[in-house]
Amino acid sequence: MKSSTRSLRRATAPLALTAAVALTVSACGGSDAGSGGSGKEGEKLSGTIRVDGSSTVAPLSTAAAQLFQAENPGVKVTVGTSGTGGGFEKFCAGETDISDASRAIEDDEKAACEKKDIAYEEFQIANDGLSVVVSKDNDFAECLTVDQLKKIWAPGSKVNNWNQVDPKFPSEKLELFGAGTDSGTFDYFTEAVNGEEGKSRTDYSPSEDDNVTVQGVSGSKGGMGYFGLSYYEENKDKLKVLKIDDGDGCVEPSSKTVQDGTYKPLSRPLFIYPKASSLKKAEVEAYVEYYVKNHADIAEKAQFVPLNSEQEAELNKALEKLQGQ
Amino acid sequence: MTSDVIPRAPAAGAPETRRLKGRGTPLRERFFHLSLLASLAVGVIFLVALLAYVVVEGWPRLDSRIWSNFPDIINPANAGAQSAIMGTIWIIGFTALYCLPTGILTAIYLEEYADPLRWYNRAIEINIQNLAAVPSIVYGILGLGIISRGLGFGQTVMTAALTLSLLVLPIVIISSREAIRAVPRSIRDASLALGATQWQTVRRQVLPAAVPGMATGAILALSRAIGEAAPLLLLGGLTFITFNPTGAQSAFTVLPIQIFNWISQSRAEFTALASAAIVVLLVILLAMNSLAIWLRNRYARRW
Repeated sequence: MKSSTRSLRRATAPLALTAAVALTVSACGGSDAGSGGSGKEGEKLSGTIRVDGSSTVAPLSTAAAQLFQAENPGVKVTVGTSGTGGGFEKFCAGETDISDASRAIEDDEKAACEKKDIAYEEFQIANDGLSVVVSKDNDFAECLTVDQLKKIWAPGSKVNNWNQVDPKFPSEKLELFGAGTDSGTFDYFTEAVNGEEGKSRTDYSPSEDDNVTVQGVSGSKGGMGYFGLSYYEENKDKLKVLKIDDGDGCVEPSSKTVQDGTYKPLSRPLFIYPKASSLKKAEVEAYVEYYVKNHADIAEKAQFVPLNSEQEAELNKALEKLQGQ
Repeated sequence: MTSDVIPRAPAAGAPETRRLKGRGTPLRERFFHLSLLASLAVGVIFLVALLAYVVVEGWPRLDSRIWSNFPDIINPANAGAQSAIMGTIWIIGFTALYCLPTGILTAIYLEEYADPLRWYNRAIEINIQNLAAVPSIVYGILGLGIISRGLGFGQTVMTAALTLSLLVLPIVIISSREAIRAVPRSIRDASLALGATQWQTVRRQVLPAAVPGMATGAILALSRAIGEAAPLLLLGGLTFITFNPTGAQSAFTVLPIQIFNWISQSRAEFTALASAAIVVLLVILLAMNSLAIWLRNRYARRW
């Protein structure tokens, strides 16, 4: 016991000293090392590209980053998921190079960027669509209005039978499957249907794994669920997709109706917003160029609806404008 | 020990309990003992269930890929968590470096030097106790506003470590104070009576005796820090990063963020990957706890 006290006594002084030195060294290192890292010149591309924003767009940006890094090992791309709003908040504070967004930039965000003198470009790189699916055995429901969807999915909704949705439907127990609350799908669906992100009834079977939703819905006659359109297309043989009526008649979701925006309100464009000053750096420009040129491939890999020819032409025009600068 | 009353349920046996009162209370003894075991079982059963679940779920991915590969969103079979594991180790290392000296010195001041009758010392004390109850996301906001933007450290390992240090500092202080308080008054008196200064007394008598308690507290604090995701998400913890931190100024991700990200992926392979990463996180935690136990045993002394 005595010896241990002594050994500690010997050990503590140098330990405390090392800690104190390390503390000051790392604190001093803070200011000068911070500015380095990105924008280094050289024949090969190098540097860091910071991407942040929508968690829906993140898989696209991540796939693009991964493929781009395979060709340009010197460039470090990081992708964060602060959400579209959080992403713009950081973007307009000058902390990121590219902001991912699942909607166009809003006026107050534009103003915040202007205040900080941050100019940017806008590229639409894919489309996002959600499908509402029922079981193949469901022979009565073909089309639902947005109001009916809202009646079913609203917070505190007591609808638990199809005949409560529409008196013309037979009495069939309604079994609901949906996205887990952590997913972008959940945020998007609740915003489009219930008018506010995150507001939903809670007595349904949530799953982060869309396969569970597929199995659940296909196995129950009164089942209903929702997920990304690409997932329905992979499981066409097991499920039936509902048409959605947003006041202009029933529209079936498909790549075409998502691309041209007639499938409302469950489709939306996805954007990236590169900062103009960052685009002057070779590595950021190369990444955006790669991203734009391979957008169809990337959208497919990340299971999104690619752009239509019109959107693509616009994207290429924007890219040409960028390269011309 | 009258064996005939023991098997009865306590509710049904209410009249018996009253009757047995005079002759000692074996039934109550038993009941008390059982409730102790039941409380213990709640924790142990849930822990074992959790461990079994994640190990079974993550088993297919519990191999070298998890620590030798980087995240891969296109091909889950190639994905690993090296950047998250290294990020976690860097951040916990820096957190320990920042919060342990600060916390222990604060505790020494409050226990050995501060006059508890002064209003400002009492105010400090109450504030520290309150800080321990502040939700971690609030520290994230603080870190983003003051450390990241105000001090200009940006979204770096340093910012994350400083934020987590603030988060766990109250735990370090409170547990260190308890450890210091457990050192008998007589030891200090003896030391002072022999002519030692207050600093000598603290350094040679109080601190060595308090090390086991402090180590336990420090590990509890760091274990809390290692599992935090919320404040780091706010600070810009990244979900895709294919390089390890190289210093305090690097961008980072940590295991809890990586796990969160993988769980919200729709493909089943990523869920297995998340479970495997949880196992890695638990192993790191276990290693830290073992270190604490080793430290405690090494420096333990009885009075």
